[in-house]
Amino acid sequence: MAIPTTEKKAGAKVDIPVQGMTCAACQASVQKALQRQPGVVDASVNLMMKNAAVIYDPAVTRPEALVEAIRDTGYEAELPRPEQTAFEEQEARDRANEEEFRNLRRKALVSGAIGLLAMIVSMPLMASAIHHGPVADPFMRWAMESLTPALRAAMPWLYRIPPAVLSWSLLALTLGVMAWAGRHFYVRAWSGFRHHSADMNTLVAVGTGAAFLYSVLATVAPGFFLSRGVAPDVYYEAVVIIIALILTGNAFEARAKSRTSAALRGLVALQPKTARVLREAQEVDVPVETVKSGDTVAVRPGERISVDGEVLSGASAVDESMLTGESMPVEKQAGDRVIGGTINRTGAFRYRATTLGSDSVLAQIVRLMRDAQGSRAPIQRLADRVSGIFVPVVLSLAIATFVVWYVAAGMDGNTGSAVRAFAAAVAVLIIACPCAMGLAVPTAVMVATGKGAELGILIKGGEALQRAGDVTTVLLDKTGTITEGRPTVTDVIPAPGAPRSADELLRIVAALESSSEHPLADAVVRHARERNLAFMTPEEFQSVTGQGVVGVVEGSFIAAGNEGLMADYAADPAPLAADAERLTGEGKTPVYVAIDGRLAGLLAVADPLKATAREAVARLKRMGLEVVLLTGDNRRTAEAIAREAGIDRVVAGVLPEGKVAEVKRLQQAGQVVAMVGDGVNDAPALAQADLGIAIGTGADVAVEASDVTLMRGDPRGVASAVALSRRTMRTMRQNLFWAFIYNVIGIPIAAGVLYPAFGILLSPILASAAMAFSSVSVVANSLRLRRARIA
Amino acid sequence: MIPSPAPSDWAVVLAGIAAIAWVNWYFFLAKRTAVTATAGARGAQEVTITVHGGYEPAEVKVKQGQPVRLIFDRQEDSSCSEEVVIPELGIRKFLPAFQKTPVELTPGKAGAFDITCGMSMLHGKLIVEG
Repeated sequence: MAIPTTEKKAGAKVDIPVQGMTCAACQASVQKALQRQPGVVDASVNLMMKNAAVIYDPAVTRPEALVEAIRDTGYEAELPRPEQTAFEEQEARDRANEEEFRNLRRKALVSGAIGLLAMIVSMPLMASAIHHGPVADPFMRWAMESLTPALRAAMPWLYRIPPAVLSWSLLALTLGVMAWAGRHFYVRAWSGFRHHSADMNTLVAVGTGAAFLYSVLATVAPGFFLSRGVAPDVYYEAVVIIIALILTGNAFEARAKSRTSAALRGLVALQPKTARVLREAQEVDVPVETVKSGDTVAVRPGERISVDGEVLSGASAVDESMLTGESMPVEKQAGDRVIGGTINRTGAFRYRATTLGSDSVLAQIVRLMRDAQGSRAPIQRLADRVSGIFVPVVLSLAIATFVVWYVAAGMDGNTGSAVRAFAAAVAVLIIACPCAMGLAVPTAVMVATGKGAELGILIKGGEALQRAGDVTTVLLDKTGTITEGRPTVTDVIPAPGAPRSADELLRIVAALESSSEHPLADAVVRHARERNLAFMTPEEFQSVTGQGVVGVVEGSFIAAGNEGLMADYAADPAPLAADAERLTGEGKTPVYVAIDGRLAGLLAVADPLKATAREAVARLKRMGLEVVLLTGDNRRTAEAIAREAGIDRVVAGVLPEGKVAEVKRLQQAGQVVAMVGDGVNDAPALAQADLGIAIGTGADVAVEASDVTLMRGDPRGVASAVALSRRTMRTMRQNLFWAFIYNVIGIPIAAGVLYPAFGILLSPILASAAMAFSSVSVVANSLRLRRARIA
Repeated sequence: MIPSPAPSDWAVVLAGIAAIAWVNWYFFLAKRTAVTATAGARGAQEVTITVHGGYEPAEVKVKQGQPVRLIFDRQEDSSCSEEVVIPELGIRKFLPAFQKTPVELTPGKAGAFDITCGMSMLHGKLIVEG
């Protein structure tokens, strides 16, 4: 089915099926409701087709909103393919993020410039008030002491302006910044307050709001302060600079956050917009959404393959690295599967489209990734619990700070008690940062799942990530996991004194086996083809169940099978018995060959170890993991393979239920178990294991029972997945630690605990700088995962 | 000798304690109104939740085992509320600004489930009655 959305210059178009319309009036009311929606360029509702065709501006609205608008009129509507939103949702997120960033950057720059101006204007004001006592804010005091001489020289006229004029102009300037750049802090804090909830905006709004009101009071009624022996200090410049700094931090954060989903965006961008489809013997470029299953698609060298399919004719090498992490191009010929989004390198070919739209491999990966990136890791629970109570607790601390300072300073006979108490309370509000805690885990999950996808490792979510980091034992399935998963001829041994060479022997057996459907026969035929041996079909053929095959090839009577078959055809296997014994010990299956009743040779067939299996096992062991081979095969074969792969522990001859039992047994012994299998007959064991790792073939994405899918058949991916998870868990712990410690240390300092001993007080301006960059540092730390070296 | 606090100091202390008590009462204990979802299109229990610095209504009552449509109407662009999460039900959804986004689920078990924003700052509750 075609995907209903197409981008056009005027906007996007979507067809929404509408249910329940019975008359023209219904039609009119739905149409009017749609046209009234913001962002709708044009809407036409067709009663007969039960369909609303809407052209809309994707920057303003989305198909889901249109569906809701229709539903609000009382009719039923649903998007034909709700899953298709994976790409769109990512694009909507990106748009929102980009807009937020630009907005914040503009506001931060402008309010920063105004903040500097306000600081300069404050200098003569503070100088004029110096006889009331030193400036309370340590940062401003420092700024004044170091800047005043230069300022007096450069702008002497500034110091001739009456202080009242300066105060009032600062008031106007600050009010402007608060109403424009800082507006959202106050609006959001207020709407949150109405819902009994408080967040970062509450802290910023209360902190800057209090400082502003205090300053207004000092400007409007300085006598009120002077009569109590308090300097009528104003904090306008602090309000403006705090707003500017927090906006700067937010802008950096928005930018950094959008980088955490870069990998997902990269995947979305892989989807080509058009496909070259064969229509009436002509190659035509059509939008990829209009390609139907069964269409013939043509691809030229260097082009991106537009949709999934199966090669019909032609051959090429295809670069699938963007999906599987496999850097070597993969050879494709008739019958092979190709994946949309990969790049055709060398040859031209035609293929038949198979899975499309939301069923395509790429869409599935994007959906899996998006779900994973949005998922939570259990480690986050602590952060969640703290975030939930954080802001009210900080508000309480700020009030307590004010009270303690006020009383303590008053008892010392310090007349500036209220001022100092006030500054400390504001600093507490401003320095406290709940955002860093909220970002600590999710940003790491986002970056790690993205990094995994680049390596061909699809991780199902934060929980899988966390469990993968805790794994202690890895159970490896044999067939298809550490072996190639299909029998291959490994040895061809002519009998002593027999007239035929190895290739000749192979050619004759291949001719015979070409009529058989046994997996071993397939191995022989394939091997002969690989060696470019030409063979014909046998003149006669018969399979002997449990023993082998017999038949006539080129006039000779051939028997290929086990010892029993040889005995039946009076051929003595003794000359090759020692070889057969040795091959069996290596985990191979020997096949005797007799020609016209005389032993002619021996073939050995085995499922060979994957080239990277040994290294994969060694790497897992180096990481301190226990590695066990778990297989349904007989002990002899299993042990031979295990020896070759470097695995010490073997559990052989187990049925699928047995695999589950073995996983349970290890779990009861306190092990955190990862089970690695192909996901077909291992599904129960994958599900039982703490971490199920499905080893894929590049095209099978959605392996349900698994927590991790390796897109490539390379078992080294297991070690990479565990390494990435361990690294990510370290990042999460660092993030959480810094986010907590930042608040645990920052808030007391802002409250003034260091003052009695060291005379250190934190300026609210410095507090805002610290706050702004605490969350940026957390996101930046997560982004370091992108560059982590995970082999 | 420790100087004794002035009467004005006592006033500040008492006011401070009262303020702290009020803050904690207001944000943690004050009652929020619960709304029972009503039957909407196709028989699903439906309720529209306005997202604007919080969730309104903050508590939604639904019945167990029947499909539920929570329509989140996000009337702001504050990035704080751009995601809605119901952790125990495995739901996480991006809410585009100034749009209604439906979240569909069928609660299999009874109980109270937290509805939070992506950073666990805004809070609501989904109460599933058996």
